[in-house]
Amino acid sequence: MSGAFTARNVATAALIAGLVLLPVYSQVFGDRFILTLFTRIVILALAAVSLNLILGFGGMMSFGHAAYLGIGGYAVGMLAHEGIYSGFIQWPVALLASALFALVIGALSLRTRGVYFIMITLAFAQMAYYLVSGLARYGGDDGLTIYKRSQFIEPLNLSNKVQFYYVCLAILFGAIYLIWRLTNSRFGMAVQGARSNEARMRAIGFPTYRYRLVCFVIAGTLGGLAGALLANHADFISPATMYWTRSGDLIIMVVLGGMATPFGPLIGAVALLVLEEVLSGITEYWQIILGPLLLLVVLFARGGIDGLLSLLGAKVATKVNPKVGS
Amino acid sequence: MIAPDRQPMLQAEGLAKRFGGIVATDNLALSVAAGELHAVIGPNGAGKTTLIAQLSGQLRPDSGRIRFAGDDIIALPPYKRSRLGLARSFQITSLFLDLSVLDNVALAVQAHAGHSFHFWRNARLDSALRQPARAALERAGLLNRADWPAASLSHGEHRLLELAMALAGKPRMLLLDEPMAGLGPEESARMVGMLRALKSELTILLVEHDMEAVFALADRITVLVYGRVIATGRPDEIRANAQVREAYLGEADKEGAVHV
Repeated sequence: MSGAFTARNVATAALIAGLVLLPVYSQVFGDRFILTLFTRIVILALAAVSLNLILGFGGMMSFGHAAYLGIGGYAVGMLAHEGIYSGFIQWPVALLASALFALVIGALSLRTRGVYFIMITLAFAQMAYYLVSGLARYGGDDGLTIYKRSQFIEPLNLSNKVQFYYVCLAILFGAIYLIWRLTNSRFGMAVQGARSNEARMRAIGFPTYRYRLVCFVIAGTLGGLAGALLANHADFISPATMYWTRSGDLIIMVVLGGMATPFGPLIGAVALLVLEEVLSGITEYWQIILGPLLLLVVLFARGGIDGLLSLLGAKVATKVNPKVGS
Repeated sequence: MIAPDRQPMLQAEGLAKRFGGIVATDNLALSVAAGELHAVIGPNGAGKTTLIAQLSGQLRPDSGRIRFAGDDIIALPPYKRSRLGLARSFQITSLFLDLSVLDNVALAVQAHAGHSFHFWRNARLDSALRQPARAALERAGLLNRADWPAASLSHGEHRLLELAMALAGKPRMLLLDEPMAGLGPEESARMVGMLRALKSELTILLVEHDMEAVFALADRITVLVYGRVIATGRPDEIRANAQVREAYLGEADKEGAVHV
């Protein structure tokens, strides 16, 4: 019954096609704004996808994932401020700094569970926020303008909006593929086993702490990559990038789209940010509309939009062929 | 059926465990021959589960020795004992409820397949994990449930899945803690049938309240009372043992537990 043309697969394919063709639409209709908006969406989707690795697949409720956006972004911003523009230096530094931060936070926070884990990840992210707020050399509270985007070898030019969009999109799809491979590997099974029943995993001989820590570091590193892209996109980085509400936004994207699914976080990011864009055009109090909408999804669609689409597919299949559904 | 001179698979000597003033295991000696199904029975609070926990490594005895297939295993944590081939099933079912039935068993296989820092190959298509898992499911009679979420199985099927997970590591010996607990008559019969099929291949230590099953399956029976062995012998010897009848008299009057 799980043919290729389920509602879920069709919707996902349409979304991918839409994202790939978006610059064409933007060029043809001269809509420059939509390209800027969707570049931002793609970058934040990358952050959500990386959060999903620990939140959805690993069951680690990190409330500090925006910290990696900030660390990746500041790595680019600070190096640019010091006159180092090469992406071959900036991006590895961004990845390494995020990985290191994740390693330290993970090593400490993964010894705790539940609310304590949430609070510790939040506390570390806020510490990072206040730390960069205090860096007067790099703009402190006001943030740091980046006058030149990361330099790579010609003809790659990140200042070209279409090129930059496709770079972000390629990285996003690469990350989704990477996480799909990871979560289906032995490593991924060990991480998901630890989410499901950690005591049992330990009893049968899995050193769960190590697997969870490695998972945490991979997610943080990908989050840092999103940060490097975000700073290039905005030509600017400020402490606000890593404020705790941003971590909350990322969690909402993952939950809204569908936890522990390959495309859920992307769907969630598109849904949330497009909705935000549309609603804020209608009214200043758009959050009053967004709030209840989120509540409905959490209450009635546990698997998020992705889960809703699967359910829809199953319903349709039952109607066409009653034997299939049960 | 069992040659008496066979080398013991599992041997405990002078085992003792106290919890405060309570003596849970009292200078206990137990020897399970290779290939036998050895049952441990006793009234509630006799220390049966405590004994299993010490044999499997969840609990550290205060004193005594445990040898498994000739090796001293007293200092080994549970998973190392399990790697040596001493597997246990849990009295309280502890599964990966949101994963599929096959995934549950495949994880148990993976636990015995070295470290899991393999990031790329699809573990769900890895025959080194999937084939032994399917084989274990088949023995447990659960192959037709392989792709179901574990949460959707009945209680009896959960117990069988537990058993399949214990079997997945290809153990030499199974420690079974009340595998029939909470099963209906039909499911119990299914479990007895399965244990009977297993006992030709494995050494089994069975802790069980269901006397009918114990007397039907066991080659030898050890009776525990207050953490102490009061009798060990063939089922007919145990049935005839005056001390055992006395120890069980209270329960026997109430539920006819030992009149089998």
